[in-house]
Amino acid sequence: MSAVMITRKVRKWEKLPGKNTFCCDGRVMMARQKGVFYLTLFLITGTCALFFAFECPYLAVHLCPAIPVFAVLLFLFVMAMLLRTSFSDPGVLPRALPEEATFIEMEIEAANGNVPAGQRPPPRIRNVQINNQIVKLKYCYTCKIFRPPRASHCSICDNCVDRFDHHCPWVGNCVGKRNYRYFYLFTLSLSLLTIYIFTFDIVHVVMRSMNGGFLNTLKETPGTVLEVLVCFFTLWSVVGLTGFHTYLISLNQTTNEDIKGSWSGKNRGQNPYSHKNIIKNCCEVLCGPTYPSVLDRRGLLQEDTLISSSNPVPQSTKTTAPLIPNEHTPDDAKPSIAASAEKNASPKEEHPAATKVPPLASPETDAETSIAKERAH
Amino acid sequence: MFHNLQELRHSPSLVTKVFIQRDYSEGTVCRFQAKFPSELDNRIERTLLEETVKTLNSYYAEAEKIGGQSYLEGCLACATAYIIFLCMETRYEKVLRKISGFIQEQNEKIYAPRGLLLTDPIERGMRVLEISVFEDRGSGGSSPSSTMSSGSSAR
Repeated sequence: MSAVMITRKVRKWEKLPGKNTFCCDGRVMMARQKGVFYLTLFLITGTCALFFAFECPYLAVHLCPAIPVFAVLLFLFVMAMLLRTSFSDPGVLPRALPEEATFIEMEIEAANGNVPAGQRPPPRIRNVQINNQIVKLKYCYTCKIFRPPRASHCSICDNCVDRFDHHCPWVGNCVGKRNYRYFYLFTLSLSLLTIYIFTFDIVHVVMRSMNGGFLNTLKETPGTVLEVLVCFFTLWSVVGLTGFHTYLISLNQTTNEDIKGSWSGKNRGQNPYSHKNIIKNCCEVLCGPTYPSVLDRRGLLQEDTLISSSNPVPQSTKTTAPLIPNEHTPDDAKPSIAASAEKNASPKEEHPAATKVPPLASPETDAETSIAKERAH
Repeated sequence: MFHNLQELRHSPSLVTKVFIQRDYSEGTVCRFQAKFPSELDNRIERTLLEETVKTLNSYYAEAEKIGGQSYLEGCLACATAYIIFLCMETRYEKVLRKISGFIQEQNEKIYAPRGLLLTDPIERGMRVLEISVFEDRGSGGSSPSSTMSSGSSAR
């Protein structure tokens, strides 16, 4: 008959839904697959290391000592932008809490009226007028919200992201409202770095060849060949990408909108977000305000784990868990604890069923899930 | 069950939550609709809520204003490879702190005495302005109503 309540403080990032990985106790937020990101890091640092080892000593002496200095600054800027893009929250929209989700469902049902049985209900769309243009807001079944304009759901990270541009495997993160300018500056500075290294590779080879011959030069500095190879392929892709994003910025469009053709073809010239002025569009995207993260990854949650050894006592410490989608939590907040539900949360998953059934398959959980599912249909 | 009813007598019970949605008519800037929700008809004066929402909107407009100061902040930060953000608070964060203080003050002065509670929009992803409606004190002891299905309860 003994029951032990264990209270521990957890950070909110530990309970966030979605397929992100977090590091440094919630300070760093990335996608799950990071392999290509490590490749990016390796290519950039590797090529620059070769440049500093093989080219820079010669060029600093024979040409100008500022060359390696500028290369170092450029390299540091590229790395800073890459890490900022990869590690920051792209603008993830938190999922709706149960009350908000229910409120929205009610509004949808009221708007749809009576749907005859057997008929598919109409798609959940909300029309808003933005700058005299009708924009359709789609309903996200995962996050249970109507997506704000320009937001989209990333299936890789399983989050709705504000001003969603695309999911970039090279940086291991989504690119959205909060990190788009860092992403752009990363591609731009990487283009400059690639051109810089490529140019000085050629200069170095030419200068050395004039003294010693072409083949001797390659034998003395084998790293040059590797650098030129990497830079050559990088140039085509990264410079092209920078050009593409410059075009998008000047029109105030996202990659997502461009791919879907939202504001092209018959809709050309109707982009309601554009200021119709290239300078203004660039300024807004690159010099606009720095939006804060609405995720509060490092906030503290109090998690109460009730460990009861025998009888199935009704769990009075259950509250709605703010950050977990409502499939496993009761829809209505228990009234007695509702007032404190703002601050505390005890995720239902942590409550082991005091019966013989193992915790993850507790009949309570299943019953509530089925009730929630019934209500949803 | 008994245990819960007793607790009810001492603490206010949550009746419902009302959500004021975002107003996208001017684009993606953060703005909330000035439409007065019908569930609050007999809980608070229309003008008070409209005033709160208007002030909130002005705060957000100030935070998201694209002008001289935002350019300066952006260019300075870019020149330092955004490392300066590790030590400096951005203008948006400063305004958010002001908003948080404003909401707390509004709750203390206007909303809590009427059995309502505003939630800072940032805690809801800046999607909605959540207003929790509690049971009127004085009519305590009635059964808890987790009324998500019934819109406004007549009083």
